[in-house]
Amino acid sequence: MARALINVPAKAKRGEVIAIKTLISHIMETGFRHSTTGQAIPRDIITTLVATYNGAEIFRAELSPAIAANPFLTFYTVATESGTIAFRWTGDNGYDVSEQATITVE
Amino acid sequence: MRQHNGTTRRDLLIGAGTIAGGIGLAGLVAVRPSEATPATMQEAIRKVVGEATVNKGKVKLDIPPLTENGNTVACGVSVDSPMTADSYVKAIHVFNEKNPQPNVISIQLGPRAGRAAITTRIRLADTQSVTAIAELSDGTFWSDSVEVIITLGACLEDPV
Repeated sequence: MARALINVPAKAKRGEVIAIKTLISHIMETGFRHSTTGQAIPRDIITTLVATYNGAEIFRAELSPAIAANPFLTFYTVATESGTIAFRWTGDNGYDVSEQATITVE
Repeated sequence: MRQHNGTTRRDLLIGAGTIAGGIGLAGLVAVRPSEATPATMQEAIRKVVGEATVNKGKVKLDIPPLTENGNTVACGVSVDSPMTADSYVKAIHVFNEKNPQPNVISIQLGPRAGRAAITTRIRLADTQSVTAIAELSDGTFWSDSVEVIITLGACLEDPV
């Protein structure tokens, strides 16, 4: 099953730039490889990651087969208010995984 | 031993070997998946930037110049921008020359990012040049390119 790891600081000062790290287990099959019997292995990748901060979108990534297996992404955001940062990965074959982290802003 | 028509056994064997080799080579070329070329990369870049000119600078693409395994290559992009409501980075795109497809990743940011920097891990099929392009809020495009040497390529090898 899909397993996602996200790293968001639990506490931050208002206006501070915080680093967010995400890692999710996924094969990211490119669709360019062939099995031992010579059949093409169909593409199976995560195509998008969207991060929202209390409902407002702060980050969106469109992934391609050129992203390594178990996609790892880090980015930054400004800690504006306490609340939740939600992540949603969607991809081929109806792949859809959500995860969220809470942050306290002082 | 000389045959009636004047060809020797050696001539025949060389001829047969050449034909077999030629077929083998043609097979190899046909099986290989299509590659992105510098031209398709330029096309993919044009699709994103349109008619705008792409300037060098402001963007820093951070990839180790020599990588043993193309299956996971650390890739960081940072853009020199104040990230205020008036001046911020709208999008970051990464392209490659020789993978089967030219696109690597497209990222949309906003002033709330605070810092225009991302890192990820990418696959590279071959020794090639990778380009990062940033779109700023004023509509200008900035880029950086890095030549990466890959000892073992990704994407094209078959699973064990």
